[in-house]
Amino acid sequence: MTAQVADMGVLADRGALNSARLTQDARRESLTFLALCSPGLILVGLIIVLPIGWLFWLSFFDESGALSGANYARFFEQRSYVRTFITTFQVAFLVTGLTVLIGYPLSYMLSQISRRAAAICMIFVILPFWTSVLVRTYAWLVILQRKGLVNTWLMDLGVIDQPLPLAHNFTGVIIGMTHILLPFMVLPLYGSMKSIDTDYLRAGMNLGASPTATFWQIFFPLSLPGLAAGIIMVFVLCLGFFVTPALMGGGNVIMWAMRMEQTTSLYANWGAGSALGVVLLAVTLGLLALFHRLMGARATSVWGG
Amino acid sequence: MTKLWMGVLTAAALSASASGVAAAADTITVASWGGSYQEAQSKAFFKPTADALGITIKEDTTNGLDDVRLQVNGNAVKWDLVELGADECARGTKEGLFEKLDYEVIDATGIDPKLVHDDWVGITFYSVVLIYRTDVFGENGPKTWADFWNVEKFPGRRALGGAFATETLTVAAIADGVPLDQVYPLDIERALKSLEKVRDHVDAWWTSGAQAMQLIKDGEVDMASIWNGRASTLKAEGAPISYTYDQGVLNADCMVIPKGAKNKDVAMKALAMFLKPEIQANLPLYIANGPVNLKAFETGKIPADKVAEITSAPENAKKQVLMDPSFWADHMIEAQEEFDNLIQQ
Repeated sequence: MTAQVADMGVLADRGALNSARLTQDARRESLTFLALCSPGLILVGLIIVLPIGWLFWLSFFDESGALSGANYARFFEQRSYVRTFITTFQVAFLVTGLTVLIGYPLSYMLSQISRRAAAICMIFVILPFWTSVLVRTYAWLVILQRKGLVNTWLMDLGVIDQPLPLAHNFTGVIIGMTHILLPFMVLPLYGSMKSIDTDYLRAGMNLGASPTATFWQIFFPLSLPGLAAGIIMVFVLCLGFFVTPALMGGGNVIMWAMRMEQTTSLYANWGAGSALGVVLLAVTLGLLALFHRLMGARATSVWGG
Repeated sequence: MTKLWMGVLTAAALSASASGVAAAADTITVASWGGSYQEAQSKAFFKPTADALGITIKEDTTNGLDDVRLQVNGNAVKWDLVELGADECARGTKEGLFEKLDYEVIDATGIDPKLVHDDWVGITFYSVVLIYRTDVFGENGPKTWADFWNVEKFPGRRALGGAFATETLTVAAIADGVPLDQVYPLDIERALKSLEKVRDHVDAWWTSGAQAMQLIKDGEVDMASIWNGRASTLKAEGAPISYTYDQGVLNADCMVIPKGAKNKDVAMKALAMFLKPEIQANLPLYIANGPVNLKAFETGKIPADKVAEITSAPENAKKQVLMDPSFWADHMIEAQEEFDNLIQQ
């Protein structure tokens, strides 16, 4: 008994000795990693944090260089700004929703068929992804406009008498953007679905769960990280979209990025445009924080959140 | 091996420095809008000037006043002459971005005084005109802006310029019945009210010349406002369209020497050449844009049958409104914001 206690005392002493060394090692290791990371961190600081910080700073000055809130006041004084802001989020929510509705079943199918078949189907997702956004947008214009393929066919078939308004409006922007952003939903979703261990599903079925219950209680929760990644990616990309709304919207759908470009050039002042960027960033971060809470930390943890 | 390389390098260095010395004084860089317009300008203005003055003219393209502002404020001026829209020149003046022009060197006779200023001068003319598809309306399409506004008499899809409040508001004023010679100074309130009447019937607001062309060419709209150069290209391509200079908005491009330009004196001489009637008369031979110096029409260089097609020919100029750039320098921002409030819904 006493011998045991003595032994433990020795062990504890050794532990204490060890722990000091271990702490030292750990500290040395983290310092090494920090040193290894520092070129990257400095680069990020120099090319991202610094310029963005500078633009934020500029947003608080007017054309003459005096400190002023004019760049922000404009947001409330001119109706078009608020309208543009609302349009931007309408488009972003709608496109994100549509990419989920189309992308989720598609990814599910891809994850269930054979690897070979999935690879072939994946080409149809990836190929457009590699094509220039501008080219794809013009292609949609050719397909959707008044005398485009869709309307010509439908009229020739006698389905409709009047061409459908598909381009140069909100509908056209949504169709074009949904197509362009779909790969950003499918790729992370497919990745996370592919990594789900099918044994879990079999175990669920074995224990008497119906296929529907297995899907909703096992498969769906396990695919959430991919879904969350896809949603965040598509949503954030939507907010900054320029080319597609500019061409497909026919001047009827003005999004925030287009507004920024107009404002910067109209006021001859970087601050005027950067104020819009600050507002967008603040609202977006707020929404992402909300999303993070709703989806749970686990689901969004793939994004390091 | 090493010796050979040294030799090659030395020779290269020598020749580079030699040409550098020769070029330093006699090379200027001119920036314009690019595309078929600048190609025409290059043949009409730049090449003859370079030959006459014995200098080298390098070309670059610009996106407008923002580029000039960036270069001047950043103390990195790489252009000696830049072409801009007249309203941009008028705005740039207020910001002090340009060098003063020397009218001892430049002879401005024959140029409308509205386009001759201390630090900028007009260079060419273009127009905003009304275009319609003849396969929809035959020859009896909308001929005036009042017709364009009349949605009962001329049903059909419409497009107007959406990024250029200056042009579209001028058109709106004409549509509301303001006589051509009284459009400027523009009653912005009245123009906005007029635009509001047609707003809901406009199917597309174009933001670039190429977009305006595509809208009308593909039949996406039946009538539109468009720049005359684009309209004439469509006509040359055989599209079923018709347009005239009646009630057109005559607008000028201008040239400036950015503040701090490295070859200011040579640039001044080159600009003086660009504006000479004989050189100005070359432009219509290559593109439908018009000479800013009306004496070009007296040189006899422009074939009589071409004259009728040129936007600034005296006969055509009479039917149009001359845009007043100085007016817009003071009212551009408020007008553009109100215009955006109206059309962005």
